[in-house]
Amino acid sequence: MAKPAQSLRSACTLVLCVLIASLVAVPLLQILSSLGQPSGGTWQHLRETVLPRYLWNTMFLAIGVGFSTMVMGVGAAWLVTRCRFIGSWVFEWALLLPLAIPSYLLAYAATDVFQFSGPVQTSLRELFDWSRNDYWFPNARSLPGAIVILSVNLYPYVYLTTRAAFLEQSSCVREMSRTLGLGPWKSFFRVSLPMARPSIFIGVSLVVMETLSEFGAVDYCAVDTLATGIYRTWTSRGSLVAASQLSLCLLGAVGFLIAFESLSRRSLRFYSGDASPKGSKRIQLSFPKGLVAALFCGSPILAGFLLPVTLFAYKTWNHGDERAMEMLSELGKNSLILATVAASLTVLLGLYLSHARRVRPSLPIRMASRVSGLGYAIPGGVIAMGVLGAILHFENGLNRVFESLLSWSPGFFFSGSIAALIVAYQTRFLSVSLGVIQAGLTRIHPDLDSVSRTLGKSGFAILSKVHLPILKRTLLCAFMLVFVDVLKELPATLILRPFNFDTLAVRVYQLASDERLDEASTAAIAIIATGIIPVILLSRLMSRGQLIETPFRQTQGRRNHD
Amino acid sequence: MLISNFSSLKLVATLALFAAFGTAFAHGQEVVNVYSARHYDTDDSIYEEFTSKTGIKVNLISGGSDALIERLQREGKRSPADIFVTVDAGRLFQAEEKGIFQPIESSFLKQQIPANLRHPDGLWFGLTKRARIILRSKDRTKEGDIQNYEDLADPKWKGKVLIRSSTNVYNQSLVGSIIEAKGKSGAEAWCKGVVANMARPPQGGDRDQIKGVAAGEGDIAVANSYYYARMLSGTDEEREAASKVEVVFPNQENRGTHVNLSGIGVVKSAPNKANAIKFIEFLASDWAQGLFAKGNNEYPIAPSAETIPVLRGFGEFTEDKVNAAKFGKNNTEAIRMMDRAGWR
Repeated sequence: MAKPAQSLRSACTLVLCVLIASLVAVPLLQILSSLGQPSGGTWQHLRETVLPRYLWNTMFLAIGVGFSTMVMGVGAAWLVTRCRFIGSWVFEWALLLPLAIPSYLLAYAATDVFQFSGPVQTSLRELFDWSRNDYWFPNARSLPGAIVILSVNLYPYVYLTTRAAFLEQSSCVREMSRTLGLGPWKSFFRVSLPMARPSIFIGVSLVVMETLSEFGAVDYCAVDTLATGIYRTWTSRGSLVAASQLSLCLLGAVGFLIAFESLSRRSLRFYSGDASPKGSKRIQLSFPKGLVAALFCGSPILAGFLLPVTLFAYKTWNHGDERAMEMLSELGKNSLILATVAASLTVLLGLYLSHARRVRPSLPIRMASRVSGLGYAIPGGVIAMGVLGAILHFENGLNRVFESLLSWSPGFFFSGSIAALIVAYQTRFLSVSLGVIQAGLTRIHPDLDSVSRTLGKSGFAILSKVHLPILKRTLLCAFMLVFVDVLKELPATLILRPFNFDTLAVRVYQLASDERLDEASTAAIAIIATGIIPVILLSRLMSRGQLIETPFRQTQGRRNHD
Repeated sequence: MLISNFSSLKLVATLALFAAFGTAFAHGQEVVNVYSARHYDTDDSIYEEFTSKTGIKVNLISGGSDALIERLQREGKRSPADIFVTVDAGRLFQAEEKGIFQPIESSFLKQQIPANLRHPDGLWFGLTKRARIILRSKDRTKEGDIQNYEDLADPKWKGKVLIRSSTNVYNQSLVGSIIEAKGKSGAEAWCKGVVANMARPPQGGDRDQIKGVAAGEGDIAVANSYYYARMLSGTDEEREAASKVEVVFPNQENRGTHVNLSGIGVVKSAPNKANAIKFIEFLASDWAQGLFAKGNNEYPIAPSAETIPVLRGFGEFTEDKVNAAKFGKNNTEAIRMMDRAGWR
């Protein structure tokens, strides 16, 4: 009796998982289908001229940004979670602020301020009566410049995921390691850090994927990477085929990264025991050490948040966009609705998929979750074309069927609707929520699942009664990341949105693409303001530890007493 | 969990239905559906005027030119679009080549728009034009030092030339026009000469090049006319930078200054073709042309429309009369040439 029901249920799970994965897979297949097509000599031309440079720059950029965000993110997360120093309670949430700044805006702000004709160099020249060849100044529009800009913009991904892991780490484990004679540093490197590895990896890999697919900021910095090459190949050489083929290089790089990490940690497990934050004691840093810690945490906030916000506020105050002021409420509302709906759905799908993978880790389901994590590495413009192609393919087919049967057709009803836009966001950002949630699940001991099963609970009950309460913090973290990402997203929004429907990011694009950067600052400030609210709210909730609820502790307690 | 699952499903369904009905409702009113790669605020006010004069509602999606072309192509014969607006001749050529436009026969448009600024068969029509001018430093150069685009490749300007990336479509069209004038090998040599003269690797936008000359990073810059015109009425810093440079219209003694345009055409499958033609004719009228040009400091296409004072202040100039379709066609060759020359 139970058996057919169970197999029906697992068949349903499989179908649902495949459906979710197809949100990413179908657009990817659209891109993959370009593989066999001729690109009209574009490839040979690229190989002979610019491709080597694209590849080198992409590699250095990804390694540079990946490494520095890891140092910044993990270091800051450890400092604010484990130590007490000047302003540490402010840094706890302020470290997330750069997340609200779209990277292209940060790059614009940095290049505008630090370029030769910008205010900093101009005042230096006036002050010391220098001319062009009399001094050296770091060039923001360069590969190192791009690494710095993207690092201070993206480290919050690592900070957020790592901090969640540190907070959930058992204080017993740590105290145990201290009892065994490890100092705070050794305890950090030998216990806390290795235990947080899946979370650190997911943070860094999100950063690397974002870096690989980043166009706007890198382009402002005058660095040619695969992503800018893809865009250029498509727009200038008119060859979407060659652009798609270049995108596959990026996809290959990400696939390699993921495979490498999962192979290297195959036999490792990362469960955490008691996650009560109350039990953990923080180390009080001495004044000089505290000062260094405050500098370490403060400088990325200064560069990644305070600098651009001050600049945009100044520009808005002086030469703002009057029309944006009128449109702000409508644009803001559109952005807010899109971000909320898309992020909720992304978290829901991510949760379902990672839960299915945990309770029924069959090959097809594992594959489905792998594929779903790939959308983030492909430049937004290309993935938007993949989604558009897939939707129109489907709609054209449907129309043909209607025409042949009824000699009437409904026309397009899905493309150019808000729903299509929401689907496109799933394709692009599912990997974010999926990655964060999966990393969260690795920290839950499978014993909890076994106990629940012994008590006769179904997979759904385990999810809602056991995993959900423990994962609340993780889910909010995933929601927030996608929310802010959708707020900043541009290429898919531009090409898939309905008639007469604009968002804040679209407004920024319209002005910035026309070099009206002063006016663009008004909508930029609005994006930042909208993004900041959930960022601050969530990080405060996280640090107060309000998100851990009683069911988990009870389960824990029972297990500990057994 | 189940509830939130269900409610988000419901939300998606409602949104889809709304979108479906949204298009259905639109059938009640006369509309023209516009995909536009031009996004200036004045365009919107001109569209509003069109609606109040004709009762035809303008539905607008603005976006990147290439993405819109791709969308039109994939939508095929069921596309809701009536009108495609884009900037740059190369883009118009691409759209034309991909079969997006249909020919329009309109004696009014023929009369308003000079022949070199519209497609010979009426596939597209110019809306506004902009000149790619040279800006020279008032302090460090004198009148007559630079007169032609060809001079940008002259070794005497080594380390002095500021020009943006070859990814920029205006540079591609400029090189396209040079291919038309000098042939492939002449143009390739020109590209290499320009690269050798660059003051720094190409970076920033057109305004950044002008600011670079003002700050002493180089002596001559290449930029579109409207960027400079806009700086003249911009912030204090921009006005100060603009006051340090002088406009040079290149090639006045020979073929004329390279002129690019923004253009418009009726989509092949246009469901509201009659409205679309009315729309284009309205935009080509003297009134709309004047406003178009004013809003973005561009030159009107219609010779009878008024040029704004700031542009008149630059003086009259001779245009390169080569049809935009020709240098548009050279786009791919131009880009490969710049890649080979190391023009990033």
